[in-house]
This record gives sequence, structure tokens and C-alpha cells, in this order.
Amino acid sequence: MNFIIEILKATIPAGTPLLLGALGEIYVERSGILNLGVEGMMIMGAISAFGITTMTSNVWLGILTSAVVGGGMALVHAFNSITLKTNQTLSGLALTMLGLGLSGLIGKKYVGVPLPNKLHNFPIYGLKNIPFIGPILFDQDPLVYVSYALTFIFWFFLFNTRFGIELRSVGESPEVADSAGIDVSKIQYLAVFIGGVMAGLGGAYLSVVYAPAWIEGMTAGMGWIVLAITIFSLWRPERAIFGSYLFGGIRVLQYKLQPFGISPNLLNMLPFIFTILVLMLAAKEISRKRISAPSSLGIPYFREKLL
Amino acid sequence: MEKLLQMKGITKRFGDITANDRIDFELNKGEIHGLLGENGAGKTTLMNILYGLYTPDEGEIYINGAKVEIKSPHDAIKLGISMVHQNFKLIQSHTVIENVALGLKDTNFFYPNRQIEKEIRTFSEKYNFKIDPNVPVWQLSAGEKQRVEIIKAFCRKARIFILDEPTTMLTPNETRDLFRLLKFLREEGISVILITHKLDEVMNICDRVTVLRGGKKVGTIDIDRVDKDDLARMMFGQDIILKEREEYSISFDEDIVLEVRDLTVFSDKGLPAVKDISFDIHRGEILGIAGVSGNGQRELIEAITGLRKVARGSIKILGEDVTNVGTKEILNKGVAHIPEERMRVGVIPSMSLEENIILRSYDKSPFSNGILLDYSVISEYAKELISRYKISALDEKIPAGTLSGGNIQKLILARELSISPVLIIASHPTQGLDIRSTQQIHELLLRKKEEGCAILLVSEDLQELMDLSDRIAVMFNGTIRGIIDIDRASIEEIGSLMVGV
Amino acid sequence: MLKRYKNIGLSFLVIFLGLFAIYLVSSVRPDIMFRSIALSAFGSIYGLTETLTKSIPLMLCGLGLSLSFRSSVWNIGAEGQLLMGAVGATWIALYIMPNAPKFLLIPAMFLVGAICGGMWALIPAVLKVKFNLNEIIVSLMLNYIAIEFVNYLVYGPWKSPYEWGFPYSTKFPESAQLPRILDTRVHYPTLILALILAVILYIILYRSKLGYEIRVIGDSIDAARYAGLDIHRVVFLVLLLGGGLAGLAGVGEVAGIHHRLRVASGISSGYGYTAVIVAWLGRLNPLLIVLVSFLFGGLLVGGDAIQVSLGLPGSTINFINGLILIFVLVQGFSKTRFSTIKRRGGK
Repeated sequence: MNFIIEILKATIPAGTPLLLGALGEIYVERSGILNLGVEGMMIMGAISAFGITTMTSNVWLGILTSAVVGGGMALVHAFNSITLKTNQTLSGLALTMLGLGLSGLIGKKYVGVPLPNKLHNFPIYGLKNIPFIGPILFDQDPLVYVSYALTFIFWFFLFNTRFGIELRSVGESPEVADSAGIDVSKIQYLAVFIGGVMAGLGGAYLSVVYAPAWIEGMTAGMGWIVLAITIFSLWRPERAIFGSYLFGGIRVLQYKLQPFGISPNLLNMLPFIFTILVLMLAAKEISRKRISAPSSLGIPYFREKLL
Repeated sequence: MEKLLQMKGITKRFGDITANDRIDFELNKGEIHGLLGENGAGKTTLMNILYGLYTPDEGEIYINGAKVEIKSPHDAIKLGISMVHQNFKLIQSHTVIENVALGLKDTNFFYPNRQIEKEIRTFSEKYNFKIDPNVPVWQLSAGEKQRVEIIKAFCRKARIFILDEPTTMLTPNETRDLFRLLKFLREEGISVILITHKLDEVMNICDRVTVLRGGKKVGTIDIDRVDKDDLARMMFGQDIILKEREEYSISFDEDIVLEVRDLTVFSDKGLPAVKDISFDIHRGEILGIAGVSGNGQRELIEAITGLRKVARGSIKILGEDVTNVGTKEILNKGVAHIPEERMRVGVIPSMSLEENIILRSYDKSPFSNGILLDYSVISEYAKELISRYKISALDEKIPAGTLSGGNIQKLILARELSISPVLIIASHPTQGLDIRSTQQIHELLLRKKEEGCAILLVSEDLQELMDLSDRIAVMFNGTIRGIIDIDRASIEEIGSLMVGV
Repeated sequence: MLKRYKNIGLSFLVIFLGLFAIYLVSSVRPDIMFRSIALSAFGSIYGLTETLTKSIPLMLCGLGLSLSFRSSVWNIGAEGQLLMGAVGATWIALYIMPNAPKFLLIPAMFLVGAICGGMWALIPAVLKVKFNLNEIIVSLMLNYIAIEFVNYLVYGPWKSPYEWGFPYSTKFPESAQLPRILDTRVHYPTLILALILAVILYIILYRSKLGYEIRVIGDSIDAARYAGLDIHRVVFLVLLLGGGLAGLAGVGEVAGIHHRLRVASGISSGYGYTAVIVAWLGRLNPLLIVLVSFLFGGLLVGGDAIQVSLGLPGSTINFINGLILIFVLVQGFSKTRFSTIKRRGGK
């Protein structure tokens, strides 16, 4: 029993960077923009949070910086895909290259540097004593609690507010939203920015809470897994939490299996193989329920078009 | 009369085409104002400018005497202008409430749905029509969707309603309901602009009418001072006289080309869209399919051309079973397909005319030897078709996307008819085209009929169907409500079948 | 017209800001950095031969990607396909026919390498066609899997007992080593193969039936469906060919340069990703891609040089690549095509 609790408890922090990233990307894709630069934004979030925390010894300041940096990078993608209407796939890839490159440049001097300060676990009085789920859910660091709250907020805003209707409409049909007087670009810019902020936070969680260390390329494909979770969650924030913890669980499993003499290289493949399996599952569900991705995902919106 | 709106000297160019040429337009408070003109006269462009979808190259707009800048629909809505487009601006997967709520700035930020639901119910009680606010829009009929659009405009407190060809998709009954609603709105002091090319509608409901022709204004006139002939003359100019089909007669052979039996096909949503349909088309026959769009016509055509899976039933071409055999094989039986969405489906806009012309035959001799393509042969062939079908284009190397709508349609016809088809499937072949292209296309289809082709013609234009068809089948809700010989058909009868009576 | 100038201005602004960022972080002046890159890549015979060497895998991968990009199939998996090609070649050279004569062994390595790369690329093809999975994510996941697979082999079953514990496979027999030009590292058989393939691909793309199908599908999938084109077949073919070409690049790397399998990052310094930029900057035109890959080969050589001479980390070149891709985008090299303007749906 304790072993199971221990594994599940470890699963949540392992899944949290993915959850943060996926919540953001859900909003981005709901607005009809595809941002494949999550990996780049996450790693920039990771290095900026680590750098600022090292300089100021203030973890929260580091985390805040990562949000700003992630959002800033996202604006580059927003400008490319919304204002210039360039190819979104390529722009996202460019963002990933920029992020991986620049973080390596900046992070050179932080390799092997210990973090002066980290977020400690903050058990919630009362809730942590609930049998089984208490120690799993409520004996975590503060950023995990923030991620719970954000999941609820992202869900609530998407389905129960005017902003949510506008966001979903823009992604389904920018023409309709436009003719209803919605500023399509503004909504899309906002969504892409939120996506960047969240990816930045996800990266920060990785470098200043989960690891806590700076390792070049430490996101190691997590940004791409975030994109898979976005699809798996069928673009619903409340489902993203399951997808993220599923992958968190895989990561924990990876560590737990290592003592059994399985090659670490083979274990490292697990999340990526699993991503493909999860995507297949999602594809089945999508075709069974006849759900589809936001209809105008990845298609630039031109107002005055030829015929 | 109080002048609510003035548009002065509006000019809009798209590339070389001047869609609006120094147009003046005025609208009074509480009137229904017809905006009349044939397709391509510039009506929709003018209204899109008023609604902020296009920015005019020249000209000024005044509301209540004050000059306004309308840069986006957002500005238009703030000024009390609402537009009901021909293709409804509704989000199919969202509910009626969500569609109405979209763009309403004075709703609560949290839970806007609750407030909107109340407003929809009030409105529908006041004007006495039913609508379920909680169903997704894709489940509604065309008439219901239009009502959602009108509720949207009403909830935005619009003072100017623009309706773009509102009756095209409606059954005669729904049209009557719409006109009743418009009269209600007029009594409330709302001004309505009715974009149309139908003279009857203008005579029926409008107070005044402005006629456009070829992007220029012909004039504005009170409706009680004109008759239909005057309007027709203003609309078409002096040189074109409306051509009437002298007598409706049936003429075709006994040989069956297309045989459809008990055909059932599902829509994208997984619901039956075509239900147990059976019919034949004979050599030299044009079978018209009438019906309000969205009653299964698209799915029927996709099933016949192999683009959609047949769930039950069979399709035979010249006696050969082609059920679910795949598009290529069906087309190779001698089927020509003129698709509904010519720009998206019918051509590849970025590719040259010659490459578009070989889209169906690129893999056959003499264009291909199995591996490589022979561009000199292709080029010669394209040149020949361009001149034979009178496509106005610089040469065969220019991208198809640079052609006008009428020329694109001729390009598609050139490609499809040059394969000497036995069966032609034409879906809305003249929709949105000017009158000259429409006539040319009608002549081409009739010539093919005389050569012995069987033709399946789907159209929403009842006049077109009456002019061309030998028999007309009416589709409603996925079924065929009756196949009528043309010599016994009347528009009224077809109209009532279209609503399922 | 004005917009065009605005874009040119913008794209230079991007480059300028990017270089300024490098300066801020590393206090290396951009002019010094580029001087160093240019001199090391193009300033000497040795530099030129190294540039040529590095352009070979870029050329092969870029050519392969151009086919699938042209048909709007987003294969981002050239990196993994290259590695699988390298694995295939190693398998043949060390385990299947190590004693075969050169004239048999080398063609066999290229053949099997191409098959391995092609098969690896078929995975996203099958998943795309059968399950409608996004090929971008799948092909990327397969890159990571391939990297781990290569590392697994060189740390595990294929680890050589003769290399003092280094993660290397056994050295290839002499008959499995590609000839080079004099004492450079230019393994010319691969280069010649790449150049011939560039010409063949050009003919395929613009003069053949398959190329026509590729372009129709790339520009308008709806028109392709309407005309009854076998879209699945084309998706399979472009991925198979693209993966095959990347596989050849992998063969060239192990048989021409390293003469053994080693950890993934030692075989490819991200050739498969850089090739994405090469393909687009070459406007998906096989002949232009040959030229562009030479430039990027130079950039990679320069990237190595500035690590040593200026102490800049290897990721600097990643960053510059990203900047160039943004530059390409802003310049409108890959303008959204006509067909995508008109959206699906509507009435």
C-alpha cells in the first residue's frame, strides 16, 4: 500500500510540467493556432527560472520570470502565424530551435551549479490526513497546488464565460467570430501568449522544483509529449490532468524499473513509445465520438480572400 | 422620411476587377430596401463594405448624418448594423445559445448562457416561432438557422438588418414566415436591406429598391412607381432579353446509364443522410435534383462518385456494379463530375491551367508513358481546350486561381466534358456566376444531352432545373419525395414537396 | 510592394536581435563570430572539404524531406531515419557479411541502410493512414526512440570489447569503409549518390506522374480526392523515399567517417533537423537544396570551430538555425499556399 502511495505521490510532480504546458497548448489550439514550439518555450522557461533563482535566491521570482519569457517567445510565434500568416508548423519548429539553442548559450555557466533555494513541500493541514488520497494529492509543493487551481480555472473559463465562447468560436470558425465583431487576432494573440506563459511555467517547474538543476536540453522531448497530451485530452483542460499524470506515472516507472537491470536507454524510450500508443487511443476515441480538432486549427485566417 | 444611412461614392477593386464603382446608397428609417442586381453586380461587396468585412478603396459612409469609419464588423455592430449572410455565419458545433452569445458585449462575463437563453425564449414567443436554444446548430434546418441569425441581430439591438439573398435556401413556406418577420421588424422601426436577384421578392415586400449592374448603380426608385419589366430592364440593361424555354418536353432513350437502388449513406456526423433512395437516369436524360441544401444532395453525389462510403444499396453505371469501388474506377467508367465547391475541389488554384486540365487524365496516354509526363503534348492539348471552351486566359501556364469564377467553371467543364462522358454529375454548376457564363454552361450541358449523355443536375435554382431537366426529383430529409416529369411539373408543386408535404 | 520591403526589414531585425542576444549572453561580437565561421568553413581547402563532408547528410536528408513537404506530409523524422540507416549499415558490415568483398558489401550497406530508414519512416505513414495520427508528433517521437535505440546498441549488445569501455561498436572491416578523396573526409561515393539523386528527384517532382500527384496532393488534398488520386499510396511513397534517403545519409556517416556505430549524438549533430531548414530554404527544389546544403554544411563546420576558438557552446548553431528559419518564414519563402486559404466547411 505504501509503495503504491509512494509511486502515485511521485507521479504528480512528474506530470506537473506536462500539465502546465498542456493547459496552455489547449487554449492555443482552441484558438485555431498550432504552436509546435512548446519544447523551446519550456526549455527557455527552465533556464530563465534557474538563472534568476540562482541570481536572486528567490524561487518565485524565477518562476515569474519563466512565465514572462515563455509568453515573450510565444509572441514571436503569434506574430509569425497571426500577423504574417506564415506556416505555423515551421514557425513552431523555429521556436523550438531558438529555445534549445539560446538556453544552451545562456545555461553554459549554470551547468552543475546547485540551486541556492528550492520550493519545499507544503502539506495542507487537514486535507493531507485523508486516507490514501491525502498524502498523494495534498503533501506536495505549492506549485502543484497552483496547477490544480489552474486546471479548474482553465476548464471554467473555457466553458462558462464569454471569453470561453469567443475563444472556441475563433478556433472553430474565425469567419463567424469575425463577423460577430470578435477581434480574432486579439483572441489568438492572447491564447498563444497564455500558452507560452504556461509552457514557461512548466519549464520552470522542471528546473527549479522537480530536478532541481540545469541540464542542457533537460526538457528532452517533453514539449512534444505536451502536444500529444493536448490531443489525448480532446482539447479539454479537465482531461489534460489525466493525460499528464499518466506520463508522470511512466516517468516514475522508468526510475523504479532501473534497479532491475533493464537498460536505461530502453527505459528512456518508454514515454515516447507510450506517446504513440496514447495518440492511437485518442484517435480511436475521436473517431468513435466524432469529435474533431478545432476546425480551423493551423489554418491562417484571411479576411478578404479570393472568392 | 428620416435618412438613417448614406453611402457616398463607394469604390472597391479586387485586382483588375472593379466590384463597386462610385456607388451611392441611401437607407431610410423603418423601410425595407431592396438591393437588386444579377450575380456579380456588386451587391454583396457593397454590403460587405457596410458591414466592415471589406474596406472600400474610395467613398464615405454617414449614419444619421455623421461620418463613420467602419473598419471591421465590430465597428458595424457598434453602429447598429447586422448582416445575415447567405452562408450563415454560425458555428455548427456550438449550440444556438452560444451562437447568439458570441459577440454580445453586454452579457455577463460569467455564465452568459443563462441570460441569453431567456432572451431567445422571449423573442421567440413575441414573434411566435419555435426554436430550441440548447441544440447544436448543425441539427437545424436552413430556415431555423436563418432565424438564429435574425435573433442574433436582434439581440445586438441592430437598427439596420442586411439580409443577403435570404430566400435562396428557404422553402416557400419558410419564405412566407421570413417576410412576416421582416414586416414585424419594420414596424419596430428597424431598417432592412434585402440583397436579392429575384424580382418577385422586391415587388412583394420592399418599399424602395436600388438596382446595381456591373458594379455600377443604375438607380433607386419607389416600388409603387415601377413594375417587374422596368426592374428587369434596369437589372440586365437593354441588350439582354430574358429567354424563356418555349415548351417543356421530355426526350430521352430507354437505356439506363445510372441505376441507384435502395441507397443509404451516412453523413460526417454518422447520421443517415441519404435513406433508401432509388432512381434511374437514361441516355440523353437530364434528371434534376431539387431540394433545400442540406437534405442529402451532397452525400448522394459523394456516394455516386465514390467519395463517400455506401452503407446499403447499390449503384450501377451502364449495368456494371460500382458500389464502393473507389473514385478513380468510377470516374474511369466515363463519369464527369462538376463539383459544388469549384475553387476548393474543382481546381488546384496554385497550379497552371494545363496541369489542371490533365487532373483526370494525367496518368493516361498520350500525356503519360507510365512514369514521366509529356509536357509538350499536355500544353498543346490545354491550348486546344482553352480556345474550344472560350476560356479567357493569357496562356495555359498561368495559375488557375487567377481566373474569374466563370472561367474557372469553364475550365472544369472543359476538363470533365472532354473525356466524352456517359454520365455527367453537375452540382450547382452556375451558382454565383454571371448570366453570360450561366448561359454558356447551360448550352454545354444541353449539347451533351443531345449527344446522349445522362446528366444528374443538382441545383437550388428552381428556374434552372425547370429550364434544363426532363424529370425533377425532389429531395427532402434524405429521401426522394417524388420524381415529376417536366411537362407536368410546376414550381408550386416542387416547392411543397421540398418541405416534405 | 511596400509589404515586401517591410518583411525584408523585419527579417533583418530578427537576425539583428538574435545576434545581439548572443552578444549579450556570451560577449562575443557577431562580426567576429561570423568571421570565424566563414574562415573555418570556407577560408581554407581543409575547411571547404569539411564543409563538403557535412553537406552530404544535409543534402540527402533535405532531398528526402522535400518530397514529403511538397505533398504537405510533415516528416520531421529525418534524424531518426538517418540513425536507423546507420544501424542497418552497421548490422550488415559487422554481423551479416563482414567478410564480403568491398564491391558487394558497400552496395549492400547502402541498400539495407535505405531500407531501414525507409521502414522507420513507414511507421508514421501507416499510423497517419490507418489511425489518422499527426505525422509530426509521431515522426518526432521516433527520433527520440531511434536515438535511445542507437545508444542502447553501443552501450549494450553491440559494444566493442576492444575500445577501452568507450560506447563504440567494433570498427568496420576495411571492405566496409567508403573511399575518401585523398586525405580529406569527403566520402565521395555518398556525395555522388546524393548528386545523382538530386537530379532524379528533380525529374520526379516536375516531370513525372508521381511528382504531379505529389504536387496536387500538396496543394489541394480535396482536389486530389475528387480526382480519385490514391493519396495513401503517395503518402507511403514520399515517406518511404524520404526515409530511404535519410537512411543513405546514415550509411555515409558510419561507413564514410566514423567506421563504427557510436552514440547517436556522435553520428548526427542534428542533421535531420537542420535539413528541414535546408529543404525550405531550397524552396523544396532538389537542385537548390544541393546548393543550400553546402551553405549549411559550412555553418555546421563553423559551429564546431567557434566552440574551440570563441568558447561558444554547440547550441549556438541551433540558435542561429532557428534564426534562419524565422528569417525564411518572414521573407515568405514558404508562403501559405493558395489552397489553404480557402477553408473546408462553409455551406
